[in-house]
Amino acid sequence: MAANQSDVGFRSSLGRVRGLGSARTGAEHWVSYRLLSAAYVPLLLWFIIAVVGLTGADHATVTAWIAKPLNAVLLLLLIGVTFHHAAYGMQEIYEDYIHGKLAKTAVIGLTRGACLVLAVASAFSVLKIAFAG
Amino acid sequence: MTDTQAAPTAQRPNRPLSPHLQVYRLPLPAIASITHRITGAGLTAGTLLFAWWLVAAATGAEAFDTVQGVLGSPIGLLILFGFTWATWYHTLNGIRHLVWDAGGALELGAVYRGGFLVWGGSVGLTIVTFIAAFALK
Repeated sequence: MAANQSDVGFRSSLGRVRGLGSARTGAEHWVSYRLLSAAYVPLLLWFIIAVVGLTGADHATVTAWIAKPLNAVLLLLLIGVTFHHAAYGMQEIYEDYIHGKLAKTAVIGLTRGACLVLAVASAFSVLKIAFAG
Repeated sequence: MTDTQAAPTAQRPNRPLSPHLQVYRLPLPAIASITHRITGAGLTAGTLLFAWWLVAAATGAEAFDTVQGVLGSPIGLLILFGFTWATWYHTLNGIRHLVWDAGGALELGAVYRGGFLVWGGSVGLTIVTFIAAFALK
């Protein structure tokens, strides 16, 4: 906030508040995060039960399980929801505890980037197993 | 209006500070709340394990055996146990949050009951998950 002190007299009121308040997408973001969270519950239960069933299974058994169309589709959905939920959940934590604007923006961006990379790598793995064996 | 935060601290009256977080014994709802965040951050780190498992499965039998070997070691099992508990805790407490967001169970008694339920449920389900996994192995 210290940076604002110097330009108090030169910037219009609108100029100073722009970008600091509601971007008119807050409620949408909030609702979609809750809906995705609700959808996450059955997906996760399916995955936990499946993984318990795969305990100690060898490579051939696990890849054969992943390659089944229903499992591959549900895994892709699980990957999407998991990394989206992780990125935005971490963003909420950062927004509460990191107060420097640059540090906050950087950490949120890095987390989103890392989640995107992991999501694409995971999804690609599922597709490779499903299509190329 | 937006510049009130920029007022120099020297101009503020030197009021006594109130005791902060560490002075109080946190009530159950507060512990349940911060645990949701801690498990959430832990699970985000845990996604690395999930991604590693999938990438290794796509890479080949040798890479996959390495992952299975690491996860089957004592430290690996300990991490998996923590991962499993964090998953159950965050899932159960997440459902509790969704109920709150829908406007339900907001009375103090319900908040305490929910906290006990989530703690007990997550520990119970973690044990059940591991018993099932070892029974099927």
